[in-house]
Order: sequence, then C-alpha cells, then structure tokens
Amino acid sequence: MTATATSPSATILPFAEPLKAVRDTRPLRLITCGSVDDGKSTLIGRLLWDTKAVKEDQAATLARDSGSQNDLGLPDFALLLDGLQAEREQGITIDVAYRYFSTDRRSFIVADTPGHEQYTRNMATGASTADLAILLADARAGLLEQTRRHATIAALMGIRQFVLAVNKIDLVHYDKAVFDRISHDFREFALSLGVRQITAIPMSALKGENVVYPADASMPWYDGPTLVEALELATVRSTQAGGFRLPVQRVVRPGESFRGYQGTVAGGSVKPGDSVVILPSGTIANVSRIVTFDLVRNAAVAGDAITLVLDRQVDVARGDVIVSLDGQPMTGHHFDAQLVSLQPGGIEPGRRYWLKSGSRRQRVAVEPISQLELATGKWQPHASTLAMNAIGKVRLSFEELAVFDAYDQNRSTGAFILIDPDTLNTVAGGMIIAKRAEVGGIHREDQRVVLSLPADLAEQLMASELFANRRDETEIKRMTAKQAAELFSNAGGDI
Amino acid sequence: MPLSVQETEVKNPPVSRPPLDPHLKALENEAIHIFREVAAEFEKPVMLYSIGKDSSVLLHLARKAFYPGRVPFPLLHVDTTWKFKEMIEFRDEIAEKYDLDLVVHTNPRGAEEGITPFSHGSALYTDIMKTEALRQALDAGGYDAAFGGARRDEEASRAKERIYSFRTPDHKWDPRNQRPELWNVYNGMVRKGESVRAFPLSNWTEVDIWRYIQAEDIPLVPLYYAAERPYVERDGMMILAEDPRLELKPGETVQHGMIRFRTLGCFPLTGAIRSTASNLEEVIAELEIATVSERQGRAIDRDQSGSMEKKKREGYF
Repeated sequence: MTATATSPSATILPFAEPLKAVRDTRPLRLITCGSVDDGKSTLIGRLLWDTKAVKEDQAATLARDSGSQNDLGLPDFALLLDGLQAEREQGITIDVAYRYFSTDRRSFIVADTPGHEQYTRNMATGASTADLAILLADARAGLLEQTRRHATIAALMGIRQFVLAVNKIDLVHYDKAVFDRISHDFREFALSLGVRQITAIPMSALKGENVVYPADASMPWYDGPTLVEALELATVRSTQAGGFRLPVQRVVRPGESFRGYQGTVAGGSVKPGDSVVILPSGTIANVSRIVTFDLVRNAAVAGDAITLVLDRQVDVARGDVIVSLDGQPMTGHHFDAQLVSLQPGGIEPGRRYWLKSGSRRQRVAVEPISQLELATGKWQPHASTLAMNAIGKVRLSFEELAVFDAYDQNRSTGAFILIDPDTLNTVAGGMIIAKRAEVGGIHREDQRVVLSLPADLAEQLMASELFANRRDETEIKRMTAKQAAELFSNAGGDI
Repeated sequence: MPLSVQETEVKNPPVSRPPLDPHLKALENEAIHIFREVAAEFEKPVMLYSIGKDSSVLLHLARKAFYPGRVPFPLLHVDTTWKFKEMIEFRDEIAEKYDLDLVVHTNPRGAEEGITPFSHGSALYTDIMKTEALRQALDAGGYDAAFGGARRDEEASRAKERIYSFRTPDHKWDPRNQRPELWNVYNGMVRKGESVRAFPLSNWTEVDIWRYIQAEDIPLVPLYYAAERPYVERDGMMILAEDPRLELKPGETVQHGMIRFRTLGCFPLTGAIRSTASNLEEVIAELEIATVSERQGRAIDRDQSGSMEKKKREGYF
C-alpha cells in the first residue's frame, strides 16, 4: 500500500512524483525510434538476445530462414523482429510490434516502430503507452533531422524520459569527442522540447557493447550506465497524484441489493467515505465500498480495476466519470486539442466524428487551426484537411457536455481517439490541451458584440436610446445573475 | 468499517490472498479493463476456452472482472475429439464449479469424412477441425466479439496483433491493415457480421502466466505437472500413449518415464518434455532456466516458416 492510497486527503496532492523507497516493479513501457540505417533492429535483437528472451528453437528457425549469420556468428537480428511474411519480403518493418524482455530487476515492453514510412502514425501509436523513448543516432552521421522529428513526436505524446543511443561508436574508433558532440546537441534539443530526463549512451549494438554488458575495454572514458541499467532505473509514470477519476465501463447488478460501477481508476485514489461527483450530471454521492474479487479493499489507486459502490441510488451509466469533489476535471462543449491524423483520408474540417475517451463515446466536430511543421518544430496556421501523418492543433465542438483533463495532467482522461462514422476505422489520436471559453462575457461573433447580462440589466439596456441606435452591432442574452457568474468563472483565463 | 454481506449470484466466492506484486497487478488490471470494455461494447461476446494454462488464467481474470456478477458470456470450446482425456474431464468440472455457460462445438466433417491427425496430416487436420470448426461455431452463435488467450510473445506474427483484432465477416485477419490502437482506448465499432478477437493477455509472457497461476492458486489440468506416463517417440516428439486410437507404427514401442507438457492441444500433435517438475514451484524453477520456447512442442507451428501467420489470416486464433 502506498502513502497516497492511505492519505486522508488523497484527492488533492501535488503533481510531483515522490521518491520511491521501494523499487517499482511494474513493467516499463518504452518505444524505440530510429531508422533502419541507425541499426534499430540490431539493437532490439541484441537486447532480446543478451537478456535471453530468445529461445534456442526460435534462434534455430532464424538461422534456417536467414541461412546466414553475421560476421560475429550471431543470427540476423532483424529477421527475429520482422515477424510478418510481407515484411520479410519487402525487407522493411511496416507496423508496430511489441517485444518483451526482462532482467532480474524489471520487465520491459518495447513498442518497436518503423523508422521511415508512415513513421509519425506508427510512432504516435507506440508512444501513446510509453514511459520512455530510446532515440537512435548513428555515430558517423550525428544528429539527423529525423532524430529531431522522432524526439518531437515522442515529447508531444507525453514521453518525459529520453535515452539517446549513439550507435556504431566502434565505427568512429570509440571517439569520445564524437559522442560528446552528439549528446550535447541532443541534450539542447530535448530541453527545448521540455524533456529533462536525458541519458546518452555510446554503444555498438552489433558487438553488444553498452547494451546489456558494459564495454570498459573499448570505452574506458565512459562511466555511465549501460542501456539496460538506464532502463532499469527509469521511472514508470503514475497518475496517482491529482484528482480521483473513474470512467465507468459497466454497471453491475447481480442482485436487487447490489449496484456497482466497474472501471479502471484513471487518476488519483479513492477510499470509502470519500465524496464524489458523477459527471457530466453533477450528482454528488459518497463512496460506501470498493469491491474487488480479492475481497473488500480500503483504498484503490490509479491503475486499479475496481467496482465502486455508492451510498445512495444515483443515475450512473457507462461513459460517465466518477470524480473527486475537489480537483474536478474540465467539463464543456469546446476544447482545444492536438491530434495525429492516422488514415489516408485525413481529418476534414467541420466533419463530425465519433470521439472515444475512456469509456465515453460521443459526436464531435473538428476544426483544424494549425499544423506542426516537423522539420522546424513550428506551428503553422492550417485550417484545411489534416493529411495522414499530420500533427495538428484543432478545436473540438461537442453537442453533449464533454469531460476531460489536460493531457499533460492526466494521460488517460486527457487522451482520445477519433472514429470515422462511415468506415468505423480509428482516424486520429488526440490529446486535450485546454477547455475553450464558451460564449464568454463579451466576444465577437460576425462582428456583433454579444452581451450576456442578468435579465433586469438586459431589459434596462435594451430600453436605452444608445442601444436602439446600435441595434445591429449588439446582441443581448438574458440570464440570471447566477448563470452570469458561472460564465465568468468558466471563462477563466480568457478574461 | 462495518460491511454488510451482499447476496450475489456468484458461486465459489473468492478467498483472501496476499497481494500480487506490482508487475502482475498491472497485467491483471489491464486484462480486467479489456474484459469489461468488450463486454460493455459488444452485443454478443464469447470466450474461447481451450482448457490450457492460458485459458485457465483468462477464465480466472474474467471471473475477477465481473465479480460480484457472473461471467456475462458463454465459453466456447472447439473440441476436435482428439484432446487429452484429462482436459475434457477438467473442462466439465470447471464449468460446473464456476457455474459457466459452456458451448462445445465439433466440426461434423471430422466424423463424416474420417478426418484424423493421423490420416490427414497436421496442417489439413488443423485447418478443418480447428480453424473451420471455430468459424462454424462463431457463425452459429452470431458472436461479434471473441476473447482469446493469445500472447504477443508466443510467436512472431502475434507480436503485431492488436488487443482488439478486427475480423471481416468471413473471419479474415489483414495484418497490413489493422486499426491503430492508442493508449487503452479501444475502438469497438463494427458493422453487422464483422467481429473482433480480443486478447486480454496480449502483454503477458509465459513466465507471467505461471507466476500468476501460482499467486492466484489457479487450478490446471494435471498434465502440466510431471508424472510417470506412457509415451511413444514419433517425429522427434514424445506423444502420450494412453488413447486406444493411437496405433503404433513398426518399430515404435510404448515407453514409460517422468514427462509433462508445456502446452496442451490435440494429443497426437503435442509433444511432452522430460521433467521431474511435479508441482507449480518446480515447473516455474524449470521454466526460468528453459532455453527453448513453449511452442517448440507444437507440431503445427513447424510445418513451415510463417505458418502461424497463414493460419491466422484464415481465421485460426
């Protein structure tokens, strides 16, 4: 049990990762980014080989298929990875594959994504669940534009730990100066992306130097960790800080007397007695019990799949989010988001899509605002279709109230996919930036000023001569003082 | 705090166990999430139940996911009639014990055309009695989602399998054109006739399966544990020799020895390994120093390179 779980005020904790006294043994999810030329397949193959994740019969099949070995007497690692026949035929990796290996200290899930063709789309997919990115650079070539692009996408998808693998260091005669220059350039660039946890490692994946085993003989000047040591020390992201979030997947009613809400805690923690709000309805209730198959629990934290029982009969359905009373998510009809366009048709302005976030699916209209130019890292105005592999900023408009956190606060409740209503395919992955101000106290709409005023004030103003003279420039909306106050508080930073 | 005991329809309620380690807990949470999501989004899910260790873990996770309710979908067993006898006994016991809806399907062509693993070879036999039988059963049930216990670490073509693996109305898998899958947000929208295969164990490895079985005390078919058993050596495999339908070829003799199985399928196609690991602790200890993969004992994977991908495209799990 962690301190978070038993804390009496578990709903509002600072967004900081506390130092862990006990080593976290959850699997570390990582993504490898680099092109074929950088030796990515060789690196992953080497990781699997040296951690004994490849068994003898698999190696035998490999040897049989390749019919040849490399000059170190090892099988061709790329063949080990390119599982599909189509890939073997074309000699390229075409999609995301997942690899598993473990050391005595930890286990790892690697999202292996292609380096060139459609890499944005596949990288975004692989990066969405990753805690760490390994970026490969060829020591002879240095930091390429492609490495910068990969780092940009990884940072955009919320990865905050980078390992720069300066590969093929043997081919530059283990020159420390080369390594220092590349890692310095990379560090500067990563910092500009907001990534501060950076480890640079000189290595030869082919020879197995500084991957699993250290290379003191060939690189006595390097005293940092091997790749595997760096991965063992990496942190797994936790959303236990922040407000409690439970997207409701199912309502379970096995008998008349029991009604539970099943879902996976997407943020914060919860314990019996906590007051919660059901969104979007806004109904308030208290948690009476947390039920799991392993008997009743006295607390649950982010990541736990639970069944929550409330103390009163309330209307809760799949797609609702049960949240802590303090530190609630944003609710609204308009949000700003970043998204990655995943399919050939692109994301069309004004088109209505299905949006799925957590367990909630609702209709949304999407308006592109700008597009990220990967070569420069600059956002350029862009209001037309976002083509496949484009990264764009968009405005989302919902007919029904939507519930989100900002992605940089919560990678679950801030993430969504878009589904094409015709093909039913997944066409975009998106990340919420912020809620957009709604109607606002004062804003322009077709050059008319809209004033939302308490009803009595509105009547007074409309009766005035000044108003009569400028009738077509202004529109008055009547509302109660309470509604007006809410509008102002919701508008937040826009005023 | 005071707790009132609620009446539920669950048989065999759980017992208290020490908490799982964070690694297994994370895998369990992910699997439960997938179970609930599929059950909520699809009209008629079914769970493929093969009686093996992965299926046993899958079933345990399903019971956990829906507790205190019953497992809200049936279990489907494709019975080739060539399974180990102990598997069938175990299946029926489990269905009774946990109050499960069990659907058993056998392709009638097997009996009609006399298709056996001996007469038709493993490739054709598997195609008809497993792949075709599975399609028949899924069509007959009108299922729009089928849970399976496949893991990505099992075989190269599985490494690219999605957690929701989309299938056309004729059960085809197109590895070149899979739906992107980001975060844990799954796209469960399908048209009539289309379906998904859902794989809650995607991110588990063989060691995880065994450690979880140990931690959760999950019952298994006894064939996974070593015992003195009769066997015949054929094509480099040790085949269990207790079914009267196994005919000895010239030169073959029934031998006896301490053997066990790492995977369970049709007995004529499943090779045993020599082992003295007669309980769970010993099996795990043996596994941790194993140098060959578990599928090494499967004849069907070795027919040709890329054979699993070919079978999967045609609708095999």
